[in-house]
Amino acid sequence: MNGNLLELAAGIVKRAQAAGATDAECTIAEGDEFSANIRMREVENLKEAGSRGAGLRILKGKRTGSSYTSDLSPEGIDHLLKSAIELADITTDDPDAGLPNAAELGSIGGDLQLYSADIEGLDTALKIDTARRAEDAALSADPRIANSEGASFDTHVGRHIFANSRGFAGEYRSSYCGFSCVPVARDGESMERDYWESSSRRFDKLESPESVGRKAAARALRRLNAVKVETQRVPVVFEPRTARSLLDSLFEAVHGMLIYRHESFLAGKLGEKVASDRVTIVDDATLPGLFGSSPFDDEGVPSRRTVVMDQGVLKSYLLNTYAAKKLGLKTTGNASRGLSGNAGIGHGNFYLEPGVQTPEQIIAAIPNGFYVTELIGMGVNIVTGDYSRGAAGLWIRNGELAFAVSEVTIAANLKDMLMGIDAVGNDLEFRSSISAPTLMIGEMTVGGK
Amino acid sequence: MQFSDSVFAARFQITRRDLESYLAEALSQGGDYADLYFEYLATSSISIDEGIVKSAAQGVSMGVGVRVIAGERTGYAYSDDLSPEKIRKAANVAAHIASGPSKIDKFDLNEGRRHNLYPVVTAPTETAFADRVDLVKRADRAARAYDNRIFQAQAVYADNLRQVLVATSDGVLSVDRQPLARMSVAALAREQNGVPQRGHAGGGGRVDLDFFLKEKTPEHFAREAAREAIAMLDAVDAPAGEMTVVLGPGWPGILLHEAVGHGLEADFNRKGVSAFSGRIGQKVASELCTVIDDGTIGNRRGSLNVDDEGQPTQRNVLIENGVLRGYLQDKLSSTLLKSNSTGSGRRESYAHIPMPRMTNTFMLAGESAPEDIIRSVPKGLYCVSFGGGQVDITSGNFVFSASESYFIEDGKLTRPVKNATLIGNGPEALKYVSMVGNDLKLDEGVGVCGKEGQSVPVGVGIPTIKIDRMTVGGTA
Repeated sequence: MNGNLLELAAGIVKRAQAAGATDAECTIAEGDEFSANIRMREVENLKEAGSRGAGLRILKGKRTGSSYTSDLSPEGIDHLLKSAIELADITTDDPDAGLPNAAELGSIGGDLQLYSADIEGLDTALKIDTARRAEDAALSADPRIANSEGASFDTHVGRHIFANSRGFAGEYRSSYCGFSCVPVARDGESMERDYWESSSRRFDKLESPESVGRKAAARALRRLNAVKVETQRVPVVFEPRTARSLLDSLFEAVHGMLIYRHESFLAGKLGEKVASDRVTIVDDATLPGLFGSSPFDDEGVPSRRTVVMDQGVLKSYLLNTYAAKKLGLKTTGNASRGLSGNAGIGHGNFYLEPGVQTPEQIIAAIPNGFYVTELIGMGVNIVTGDYSRGAAGLWIRNGELAFAVSEVTIAANLKDMLMGIDAVGNDLEFRSSISAPTLMIGEMTVGGK
Repeated sequence: MQFSDSVFAARFQITRRDLESYLAEALSQGGDYADLYFEYLATSSISIDEGIVKSAAQGVSMGVGVRVIAGERTGYAYSDDLSPEKIRKAANVAAHIASGPSKIDKFDLNEGRRHNLYPVVTAPTETAFADRVDLVKRADRAARAYDNRIFQAQAVYADNLRQVLVATSDGVLSVDRQPLARMSVAALAREQNGVPQRGHAGGGGRVDLDFFLKEKTPEHFAREAAREAIAMLDAVDAPAGEMTVVLGPGWPGILLHEAVGHGLEADFNRKGVSAFSGRIGQKVASELCTVIDDGTIGNRRGSLNVDDEGQPTQRNVLIENGVLRGYLQDKLSSTLLKSNSTGSGRRESYAHIPMPRMTNTFMLAGESAPEDIIRSVPKGLYCVSFGGGQVDITSGNFVFSASESYFIEDGKLTRPVKNATLIGNGPEALKYVSMVGNDLKLDEGVGVCGKEGQSVPVGVGIPTIKIDRMTVGGTA
C-alpha cells in the first residue's frame, strides 16, 4: 500500500480511541537500506531492501497495552488495534502513566538537514568503488598490511512518523551514508586489526576513501608487537574514539529511568559537583545535519539543548514524560522508542565540550602513562560506578607514544574518574551522536602482568 | 512438521511450484546457488517494575530473504511483503550479483532429515496472556520477600514463536517451528543509607509454559537475583594483575564462547583473520580441555532442529584433549573450503545474511571434585556469575566481566569481590587450565550472542575449572 503514512498513523490513533482507548500513540517507520562489502578488492556481498512497520501504544485509564506489526494491510492494522486493546486489560494501574500535555507537544522549525536526496540517487558502482578505494589505500599503505576483513559502504534512507491522541502528528525523513575499512596487519606472529570510517547524512560530506583507508592501516600497524605491561597506577589518556565510550556510560548514568530506580551512581546528585571543572556535557538534538538531531522526540515533544553538566556540576538528567513525572521534573524531550512498548530515553547529540589543549600537549605532559585506543567488554556497573574494561593502546614514555600495549585492563570508579579528568583536548568532532574530545584521567589502575 | 502444514503453505498459500519459480528467478543471472528464508515471528513481552505491570506488548513481523551466491560473492535482498510480485522482485535484485546465462533450470525440493528437539505442542506465545502476567508478579513478590534490604525489583518475561521455511537450489526444503521463552529478574539491595547493589538472574529455553510453572519458577529466578544483590553488599575492591582463577559451573562457560568459539567460526578462518587460523591439529589448550558446540540438546536456548540454511544441526568437537579439531561451518565457507556444513549457518532474521555461529558451547566434565579444586588454591579468585564478554578475533584477546566473585584464601572462599573484568588471549588462556571438575552444568538459558550486528540466542556450559594464570582487572 502506498497511502499517506501520516494519515495512516492519525487514523490508527482515532480507531484506537473509538475502540475504547482513553489515549493512544502510533509510530510508523519505513526505510530502505543498501550495503556493499568488498574484500581483497573483490565484491563480497551486496544487499538491498526496504521495510516498514507500525507500533501502537494505548492507555485505558492508567493501564497500557502495546503492539506492533510489519503488516500494514487493512487486516494487519485490525490485528494491531485488537492486540494493544486486549493487553491494556491485563496490565495494572500505573498512576504515573500518561502522555505529554498538549502544551508540551510540538516540533522545532527550520531545516535540520537530516535528509539529503543525493543518497537515493547514488550509483551502485560508485558506492562499491568508494569502499574498494578505501581498502586499496589500506592494502597499499605498507607491506605488513597483507590481509583485510574488508571495506563496506552502507546507505539508509528512512521516514519516521508519529501521531498521538493529544493532537500531535508529525514526520521527518532522514538519510545516512557511510563507509569503513578494516585492514589486518601482520608482523611475524603478531596480527592486529583496526578500522576507520566516515559517515554523513550527505554523500558529498564524506571524507576521501584514500584518507580513511590510510588512517585504518596506520591504526592497525601501530598495534603490532604489543606487550603486556606490569600492573600499575598511571595517568590514562582516552583518544576521542575511546573517550566516546566513556560518554556512553555517562549517558546511562543520567538516564531518567535509572535515576528514579536508584540504579545510577548519579541518582540524587542534581546540583552537586560530580566532575572536575573541565567537564561540561551537553545534549543537543537541534544541531543541523548531525546524527543525533530530530525535530521532535518519540512522544511528540520538541527537541532542545540541555546542559547536563556545567563545569563539573550536575545540572540535568535526560528525561521522558514518565521519568519526569516520577522525579517531579519536566520532560527534557528525550523520549525514544522503537515500534514496541513504552517510550524509553535516548540522547540527541550528547557531547563533552572541547578544551584548549591539543592531544599532543596532553601526552607531552605525561612521563609514564597509557594512551587507550581500544576498549572491549561491558565491565561498567552504573549502579555503583565500578569501571573495569579490557584495553589496548600505546604506552606513554617521557611525553611520547613509545610502544604498543594489549591484553590489559583499566579500572577505577566512575565517580573518581569524573573528578579526575585533568585535561580535555581541543579535538571534538561530531562523528556520531555521542562525541568526545581526547580526555586525560589523572590515575587509573592498569591490570597486566 | 511438513511443508504443507506450515503457516506459509496454509495461510499464505505458497506452493512448491512457487518456491521453485522464485529460486529460478534468483538464479536467472547465472548464480551458482540460491536460497529462500521465510520467517513469521510472533513475540510478546511483559514487564513489572515497582510492583506495577507497566508494559505488555505483542507483535508480528514476517518476511522473506533471498540469497544468491556466485563464486565468493553473495547477493541479498528481502521483502516484508509475502505477495508473489514482491518476492519475485527481491529474487531479481539478489540475482544480479551474478552476470551470465542461467545454469540451473530444474529444482527438486525434498524435505530432508531433521531433529525434533523441542516438541512443544503449545508454545508460550500461544497461551493466555493472563497466565504469563502472573509470572512477573510472582517474581516481583518473591524478590521483595527474600530480604528486607531488597528495595527494588524488576522482572521481564518475553517469548516468541518463530516459524521458518528454507528452500535451496540444491534441493533442501525445511520447515521448523521454534519456540523460545525467557524470564529475567533484577533486584536492588542496600543497607540503610548504603550504596545500592544489583543482582540479576534469568533463564528459559525452547520450552512450554510448564517449564516456568514446574521446573524453573519465577521464585527460583527472583531468589537468585536477590541473593546475588545481598551478597554483593559486602563486596570489597577487586584485585588487579595475574592470579589463579577458578570458574564455577554453568554460565562462566562464556569463557569458551569468547576465548575459543568465535575464533573458530569458519568465515574468519577462511579469510585468515582469526588468531586460530591455520592451527587445526595444534595444541591450543591443556589436555584436560575438550570443547564441544552442540546444537542438538533438547529444549536448549541455543538448539535448532535445522540451522537457518536448512541443514540439521549437529554435535561438533572444537577442541579434543587440548588439540584444535575443527571450525564451525556454514554453506558458503564449507563450499569455499571444500568441507561440509556443520549445521552452524545462522541469522538474526529474514533481513540478515547467514554466517557461521555457535549454538550451545561447553567443556566436557573432568574428574576433579569442585571442593578439591577450591581447596587447592592458596590465593585466588572464584567467579560464579558473569555479565557479558567480548573478543578481538584477530589478536585473540578476550574479556568477560565477573558480576559475582569471591576471594579464595588458603583453599577457602572468603570475601565477596566487586565487579571486575578478566582478560586473556584465546589460543593461550586454556593452556593454563590445570583442573577440570566433574560437575558440568549448562547455563540457565539467557545467552545472546552478537556478531557483525546480528544477535542470536546461544547457550554455554562448563564444569568448575582452575586456570593457573589469568589477568584480573580490579583496582586493589
